[in-house]
Amino acid sequence: MDEDATVGVCNFTFPRMPVQSRVNASRMCTSLISSRTHMPRGGAIFEVSRILDAKIAEKAGACAIVLSQSICFCNSRMIDPSLIAKFKAAVSIPIIARVRVGHVVEAETLQAVGVDFIDESEILGTADKENHINKGDFTCPFICGSTNLGEALERIKEGAAMIRTQGIESISGDIATTVQNVRSVMEDIKLLHNMSEEERLEFSGEIGVPSELAAQTGRMGRLPVVHFAAGGIVTPADAAFMMILGCDGVFVGPEMFDWPDPYKRARGIVEAVNRYNDPNAVVVAMSGLN
Amino acid sequence: MAIVGVLALQGSFNEHIAALRRLGVKGVEIRKPEQLRNVTSLIIPGGESTTMAKLAESYNLFPALREFVKMGRPVWGTCAGLILLSNNAVGQKSGGQGLIGGLNCTVHRNLFGSQLQSFEAELLVPEIASSEGGPETFCGVFIRAPAILEVGKEVQVLADYPAPSNGLLEENVEEERRVIVAVRQGNILATAFHPELTADTRWHSYFLKMADDTGEEALSSPVAIPVDISCVQQPRNDLPIYR
Repeated sequence: MDEDATVGVCNFTFPRMPVQSRVNASRMCTSLISSRTHMPRGGAIFEVSRILDAKIAEKAGACAIVLSQSICFCNSRMIDPSLIAKFKAAVSIPIIARVRVGHVVEAETLQAVGVDFIDESEILGTADKENHINKGDFTCPFICGSTNLGEALERIKEGAAMIRTQGIESISGDIATTVQNVRSVMEDIKLLHNMSEEERLEFSGEIGVPSELAAQTGRMGRLPVVHFAAGGIVTPADAAFMMILGCDGVFVGPEMFDWPDPYKRARGIVEAVNRYNDPNAVVVAMSGLN
Repeated sequence: MAIVGVLALQGSFNEHIAALRRLGVKGVEIRKPEQLRNVTSLIIPGGESTTMAKLAESYNLFPALREFVKMGRPVWGTCAGLILLSNNAVGQKSGGQGLIGGLNCTVHRNLFGSQLQSFEAELLVPEIASSEGGPETFCGVFIRAPAILEVGKEVQVLADYPAPSNGLLEENVEEERRVIVAVRQGNILATAFHPELTADTRWHSYFLKMADDTGEEALSSPVAIPVDISCVQQPRNDLPIYR
């Protein structure tokens, strides 16, 4: 497999492996996957569809960008790979691109092109109603969405290196579902943390989560991977709220760039993710945005 | 109990604090310039150097950080921290980024490539082994890692690694070309890899010895450490690290 990050899109070749689970491929242990993907912690990741917005996000302090394509009929599929090289040339921060749930070939394509993370995104769409991608077969780390602890741990069992607890993606800025889902995950983690090992085993059976991951989560008192929130987050106060709820960072939707002075807003979000516990800092981050 | 500052703008500051805790040392998150007065040594963690530089600029941290380095206080930069401490950086975002400087070297950002090119490697670390004991090698975790291309005479090379053949080094790369991945220059320690992501704490104990050697003349005048409410927070639980 060509791992050259600078390869032009016309030169990559697909790895010649069957679509079924590649049991002979080397699998990284969870701690290694996790160790390589700590770096977004404490950061804000911005969804962009234009080079200009990518540069604004980088300048404002984004720790990564997620690419989306602004042509509406293409919104439900993987981005045109030829666009990825343009974003890579434009910014130096990590680049994330999305694939539909279960779409192994979209994922192989993005890995061949050389993105930093692949987001197996239920928001983008679903290609396989029965199966998520077997992410442990890939060297590129994956981000997956969840709405509760059970889903989060299932995705981690499949090899997800980062979890995106997801609310509603809409331009209305409605974060109520995001907050509800983050709280649900955090409360179940807290319950697990306060249980004995036997109780954790029983609880994992009740809510249908892998028992060994439930045990690890309970012992650690957190998800064993980086955990961000997503869905309707467009203000520094929203971002700070997610950090107070216990997230490691936030995803910000592309609607942020439709607001006046997106640079200032993005910078405010980056600052609020860092200084979420300081109301005075959040005041500064929120002021003069509209 | 010794107290070490850890720059807490973004990235792996929790991981450094956890490593220090395993050595019985308290790590204090640093977000404001005045907080640097309360610590006698500083770790600048891995993460996105552009994010950290942006926040350091917003919070007016650069003057205080540069002063901290100039005063000879022990400072250790890992990955992004190495970039920030370097006098020269290539491969930067367009327009460049703020640097603290102090380390006489030229660093190349992301020399080893993107996240996909992240790797672990056994590095020969004779200085660490002789100072801290343990094996002659150390497992370095390299994530979108930078590397040092050249150093000044006063800089001690602690570890190097074969240069990647990805075309990012402009000149003809000889087969034997190596790049530098760990250095020490007096009070400054810098690593391109992430010791905070492995269970081997020898780099942290080596840095703590640097902090001890500088001595307790540290604080110029006794300063009561103020209770900063904005920094009081629930301890963040640790992510698993590579064992």
